[in-house]
Amino acid sequence: MGAAGIGGGTVNLYSWLSQFFGDPDRRHGPDSIVHRVGEHLLFSGEALGWALLLAVPLGLLLGYTGKAAGLVTALSGAARALPTLGLVTLAVLLAGVGDTAVLVPLVALAAPVLLVAACEGVRSTDPDLRDAARGIGLTHRQVLWQVCIPWALPALLAGLRTAAVQVIATATVASYVGLGGLGSYVVGGLATRDFAQTIGGALLVVLLAVATQLLFALLIRYALPAGLRRARD
Amino acid sequence: MGDEPLVRWHWIGTHLGYLRDLLLDHAVISLLPVLFGLLMALPLGLLCVRFPRLYQPLAAVFNVIYALPALAVFVVLIPYTGLATQATVMTPLTCYALAVLLPTTVDGLRSVPEPVRQAATALGYGPWRRLAAVELPTAVPYLVAGLRVAAVSSISLASVGALVGRGGLGYLFMDGFQRTFPTPIVAGIVLVTALALVTDAVLLLARRLLAPWARRESVVGR
Repeated sequence: MGAAGIGGGTVNLYSWLSQFFGDPDRRHGPDSIVHRVGEHLLFSGEALGWALLLAVPLGLLLGYTGKAAGLVTALSGAARALPTLGLVTLAVLLAGVGDTAVLVPLVALAAPVLLVAACEGVRSTDPDLRDAARGIGLTHRQVLWQVCIPWALPALLAGLRTAAVQVIATATVASYVGLGGLGSYVVGGLATRDFAQTIGGALLVVLLAVATQLLFALLIRYALPAGLRRARD
Repeated sequence: MGDEPLVRWHWIGTHLGYLRDLLLDHAVISLLPVLFGLLMALPLGLLCVRFPRLYQPLAAVFNVIYALPALAVFVVLIPYTGLATQATVMTPLTCYALAVLLPTTVDGLRSVPEPVRQAATALGYGPWRRLAAVELPTAVPYLVAGLRVAAVSSISLASVGALVGRGGLGYLFMDGFQRTFPTPIVAGIVLVTALALVTDAVLLLARRLLAPWARRESVVGR
């Protein structure tokens, strides 16, 4: 079946979707939607966790001291250019199918975003505020925790949102090397020309990404300390 | 993988023409969408500046579009634009570019100081001439900042198009993976990254020529 055989637009799309969601395999067993969403969220979460652990403390520190900020921006720009599909396939060839092979590329995707967000967030703290905090006798540690980090929280969360959405979207690609998740529908369907499965899977990824976007939009709205919310309005 | 080395230079030596063709295809399917995105962002941005109420809803829509996973969008488009066609890959990439460029265009056009605008009017500039001679040049640093983000992510995303049959250098990743042969994958990663870095350098150079006053990177967008 080539490109010509799959035209027809909305009628087909509807029948594909009802075929996909009507299949009993989608409700039970290892290929069920719940199971696939679980896998997808599990390795996305794991990658985000590692990226947070590696990038945020470093970013906060670099942002606070103001050192190497230009280097951070340049490096993360270069990291953005790395093609994830290439990293995933290479990691599998080098490390074998397994957790490391998905985690490394996904962490490489998320960490630079978080590093820049943490660094820029802290660096953008109002200098008057920092001076005042030092002036009333706060130690550097206290200034970082009580002034700079609350100030940087919205930027950090915005970075986390970008990273989370990118990781969830890219985890789809990871299924190409046989690692489960929602991408299995997309990739498996492409391989067997089962477009109902491919399109159904794609729709689920889109829904998951949009849900993540909305969740973080709510978080960002309520995470900003009340005093800052008033100050910035 | 056994004793297979990371890079077999012999393979690269015998496939130079092939790599060049993939690189050219990659440049076209990833950078043309950025150009289309810019051509759409300019009039849309002007409209948003003229009618500010338009901007919030449009920005929200493009924010959601930007979050859509590329592979998923490629796949959803297949029934409409066909398998392995340029349109399937370039349509979503154009939307991503537009999503990045619309806010930077609006920020750029809004960055023109009111006294400058009034001075231009007082000198007898009509709205179009003022746009071409004052407002767009002032917006150049913003536009370039947006273009850099859009171009780099477009180049990196285009390789995912290989999974739907049209991904330029991305094809090397699938090829190498299916044959358990890392050389094409490494070559692909290096060429994609190099294309992105060269494009970035060209954009920086363009900014230096078009807006020599904006030396410091004070306006970098998202």
